[in-house]
Amino acid sequence: MKKLLTSVVAAVACYAGVAAAAEINPAVVYDLGGRFDRSFNQGAYNGAEKYKEDTGTEYRDFEIQNDSQREQAMRNFARRGMNPIVAIGFSQASALEKVAKEFPETKFTIIDMVVDLPNVQSVVFKEHEGSFLVGILAAMASETGKVGFVGGMDIPLIRKFECGYAQGVKYANSDAEVFQNMTGTTGAAWNDPVKGGELAKSQFDRGADVVYHAAGGTGVGVLQAAADAGKLGIGVDSNQNALHPGSVLTSMLKRVDVAVYEAFEAAAGDDWQPGLTILGLAEGGVDWALDENNEKLITDDMKAAVAKAKEDIASGSLEVHDYMSDSACPM
Amino acid sequence: MEIFQIGVLLLDATLRTSTPLILAALAGIFSERSGTINLALEGMMLGGAFSAATIAFYTGNPWIGLLAAIATTIGLSLIHGFACITQRGNQVVSGMAINILMSGLTALVGIALFAQGGKTPALDKASRFQPITLPGAEAVRDVPILGPIYFELLSGHNVLVYIAFFAVPAAWWVMYRTRFGLRLRAVGENPGAVDTAGISVVLMRYRAVVCSGVLVGMSGAYLSTAQGASFLQDMTAGKGYIALAAMVFGKWRPFPALFACLLFGFLDAAATRLQGVILPGIGEVPVQLVQALPYVLTVILLAGFIGRATPPKALGRAYVKER
Repeated sequence: MKKLLTSVVAAVACYAGVAAAAEINPAVVYDLGGRFDRSFNQGAYNGAEKYKEDTGTEYRDFEIQNDSQREQAMRNFARRGMNPIVAIGFSQASALEKVAKEFPETKFTIIDMVVDLPNVQSVVFKEHEGSFLVGILAAMASETGKVGFVGGMDIPLIRKFECGYAQGVKYANSDAEVFQNMTGTTGAAWNDPVKGGELAKSQFDRGADVVYHAAGGTGVGVLQAAADAGKLGIGVDSNQNALHPGSVLTSMLKRVDVAVYEAFEAAAGDDWQPGLTILGLAEGGVDWALDENNEKLITDDMKAAVAKAKEDIASGSLEVHDYMSDSACPM
Repeated sequence: MEIFQIGVLLLDATLRTSTPLILAALAGIFSERSGTINLALEGMMLGGAFSAATIAFYTGNPWIGLLAAIATTIGLSLIHGFACITQRGNQVVSGMAINILMSGLTALVGIALFAQGGKTPALDKASRFQPITLPGAEAVRDVPILGPIYFELLSGHNVLVYIAFFAVPAAWWVMYRTRFGLRLRAVGENPGAVDTAGISVVLMRYRAVVCSGVLVGMSGAYLSTAQGASFLQDMTAGKGYIALAAMVFGKWRPFPALFACLLFGFLDAAATRLQGVILPGIGEVPVQLVQALPYVLTVILLAGFIGRATPPKALGRAYVKER
């Protein structure tokens, strides 16, 4: 009887949740690397899952296997009446632009890129600010004064991570040396953990003892190599501290989950706005991760230094240079 | 001294990156020397890598993973053999079909088993091949010149690296010093003559593709349970094709193929280390140039320096007994 009662209550609650918001049929199109890359795309997945849990709204999603599928996937979703459609990743821009014009009634959201159309919402992050914070931590945790960075595909967005990180490192220790490597120049660079591991090893050979990655699935190999060599890795996008507890110094959080959740929520609540949204430290869009897996690695000095930098950046008194503003890094 | 240290570390990385190529190139040699084109190396590596990572995850033992990888690739070799040897199908098509099949099938089974988008869960230390420290390596570490060479370069690799380098003389010995090897080479050059001597061409070719399967299985297991710690869709990233190129470079012979693999491995390792380095007089080397270097060199070497590569005469032709 009790069981029956709880299920009735659950059903009513579920119904109420759906009824409160307008009916939406959201869809997500992930970038190469896939839903479970433990990084960027997984953040989007977590956001969509959380929304499903909170409201009971089902969503559809698609993991592309190659570039030509982007357009097909979006068009398919739009044709079936999915709304809003959230496209994850800068590479979706050209496909989204095309499909958004064909379906002017459908709401589109793109993460990490700007598409200027009346039915498109663009969400970008200030990754340089989050990278700056983990750069401070890296410089303070390093014993050799040498730290590394492994990027995925060599594009301005990843240079932005690298540049913010380098600025943070120099902010904390002006004598520190930063090695940087890019995995490749094609989409395959997001999914090559073996190469990522080799790049990290080459940086360890040169004396680095902390390595930050912004490389999606490739980064799994970077963190693995750091754990194997007894060095420290820094995760990106999602909280990756738990991948190798004690060997991941911290993770630069990019709240893709929040962006996806908010896009769904706004569409359901009818206050969805097209245009550009920029999420930085002040807006809680980027941050660094502290949990039980890395609390032993972070000293009070490090906490204080990061907290101060965070405050200064949020208030505007400390400015982190954005690589994408002039395609150059002062470091 | 620093340059010496960098050189040793570079060669150390070369050994790591060329190991899967060596095993796969030897696999190609066994198959092609018997007259069966083996374009399926890439797909078989994927299959091996997936089986090794999956079974090592479930059993916690990399050796059982290795056996599973070898069993998988032998199975795939037999499928390839059935299509090419028994059914006399087009060998190129069969090979490519296996590549495409394995790229999708590994991801599919991976999703079904682990629901992580085709990846396998990360393996812990006990279920991977760990570096082996050779006897006395720690003791001679500080001896100048020889110490670092022994400690960094020769010691501290996992067992599959050593197996790969021992497999080269072993393959040479089998091919050139045993009756089996003589017959294997003969069946790729002139199967008619072998048949006349009363030896089954079909059986010989099957045995050759099975040898090929054993070797390529180890190469796959190396990727996912020794060098890496999990399987990822298409993680071979073209290594099977590079191994094929190395085999052609080496003119279908084990030792020259070894050197071709080492060259490719070296270029790969050097490309990793040259990135972002500022060379005197040139400035910073662009990433794109460094990454194109292995391919540019391949073209140059193929065009001019290796001379004519003559494949086995009966390569790609199924044997039909006259009726």
